[in-house]
Amino acid sequence: MRVSPYGERAWLVELAGPAEVRSLDAALRLLRSEEATPWADILDVVPAARTVMVTTSSAAAAAALREPLSTLTDLPQQSIRTGASVEIPVTYDGPDLASVARECGLSVEQVVAAHTSAPWTVAFCGFAPGFAYLGGGDPRLIVARRHQPRTSVPAGAVALADGFSAVYPRSSPGGWQLIGRTDASMWDDHRSQPALLVPGMRVVFRAVP
Amino acid sequence: MSLVVARVGPLATLQDLGRPGWMHVGVTPSGAADRESHRLANALLGNHPAAATIEVLLGGLELVATQPAWIALAGADCGADVDGRAVDWGAPIPLKQDQRLRLGWSVAGLRAYVAVSGGVAVEPVLGSRSRDTLFGLGPAPLQPGMLLPSGGGAIRPTIDAAPSPRPSGGTLVLAARMGPHDDWVQDSLDGTQWVVSPDSDRVGVRLQGAALRRHASRVGAELPSEPMVRGALQLPPSGHPVVFLADHPVTGGYPVVAVLDDASCDRIAQARPGQTLAIHAATVRR
Repeated sequence: MRVSPYGERAWLVELAGPAEVRSLDAALRLLRSEEATPWADILDVVPAARTVMVTTSSAAAAAALREPLSTLTDLPQQSIRTGASVEIPVTYDGPDLASVARECGLSVEQVVAAHTSAPWTVAFCGFAPGFAYLGGGDPRLIVARRHQPRTSVPAGAVALADGFSAVYPRSSPGGWQLIGRTDASMWDDHRSQPALLVPGMRVVFRAVP
Repeated sequence: MSLVVARVGPLATLQDLGRPGWMHVGVTPSGAADRESHRLANALLGNHPAAATIEVLLGGLELVATQPAWIALAGADCGADVDGRAVDWGAPIPLKQDQRLRLGWSVAGLRAYVAVSGGVAVEPVLGSRSRDTLFGLGPAPLQPGMLLPSGGGAIRPTIDAAPSPRPSGGTLVLAARMGPHDDWVQDSLDGTQWVVSPDSDRVGVRLQGAALRRHASRVGAELPSEPMVRGALQLPPSGHPVVFLADHPVTGGYPVVAVLDDASCDRIAQARPGQTLAIHAATVRR
């Protein structure tokens, strides 16, 4: 674990891999609710692939976090509660389904079975509000991005790229391979929790006609 | 109390101090690009620093008061008048009913801020009235005919005028701290000069100049997605940095070699295309 200053008011913590990111992210989310501690001054805890960023509102608040953050090494892996679970119904008729099957050396039916049988975990969010990078799925489903990104991917498109799966929360350009679509509302500004998926959550896809 | 938008220039958006706390679900903090000018405009009227102001790119905005109101101007000086009578930057300005505030065009600096007594009181989205131009979150950009309600209260400002630094058209000196991947580059960022590219906006400022070279061992290397922060100086393979501003993406895949200090983030938000920047980068204790 390496803790680097990230501007005046933030720290970037580099970790060994996604499991360590999940542990630190979960630990920080618990710690920040501890009132009257330096943790309470955290504004954002932002997990990514192998890093977690911690932002604060002032240089003094960031400085006060330096020591406690550096000593936060013995993370109790087992005590991390498994996040809430969400089931997402998917119609597997994406335009890249056949080419994904070829790339993985599987039949279309096997791709669908692999995508629906292994549970996924939200590793982090980015790219757009509500866009969750789902990791930990079936290792046979590792495919590259498209050489030529699409200028428009429809909302609800279910996609694969670089070992992750994701659902496009709304129409946007995109380079991931599209294997299906869902009606699930991934993002809604007007909900108290606008994002359907948050880091740590478990996701199971279910095939529907 | 409210104002009607009569005319807009290239872009005018509502901004406050942004919506931190949502980055983990992919929402960038956003907020005023030049927070210092935004705060000053609010302070002139006794507003809360987080009250929403109008961020005006280059100028060209016209507002008509539907009821008496106080307004204040800060940031890039565009020149302004009320019904033809010139008014000053950095001082509270009374508007009577039906009077028209007209902004000219800035010659130095990029963004002006118009504060209204009580703040612009449209419905917040995720706790903020800032427009996120990258994802279209928050109140829509200003359009002619739009009604801007204000938080109101018949405040009588107690300040006559405040010393208000105007953005300069000369070389901007910016302070940065080395970032998490400063070891990816062999050229020192400290003391370098850059020119602002026209391809710059609220998301980021692209810099033109002598490319920063990566260490041979890092050429062609890739980083997995990492969280980004305002002021992050990200180095794409071209070697020409992009400095992220208020509407930066939440994650990015290029190394961050330095991060601008807060005051310098405000300063670079006023840099016009073609303007020269000098960056001083300090190494900080790990």
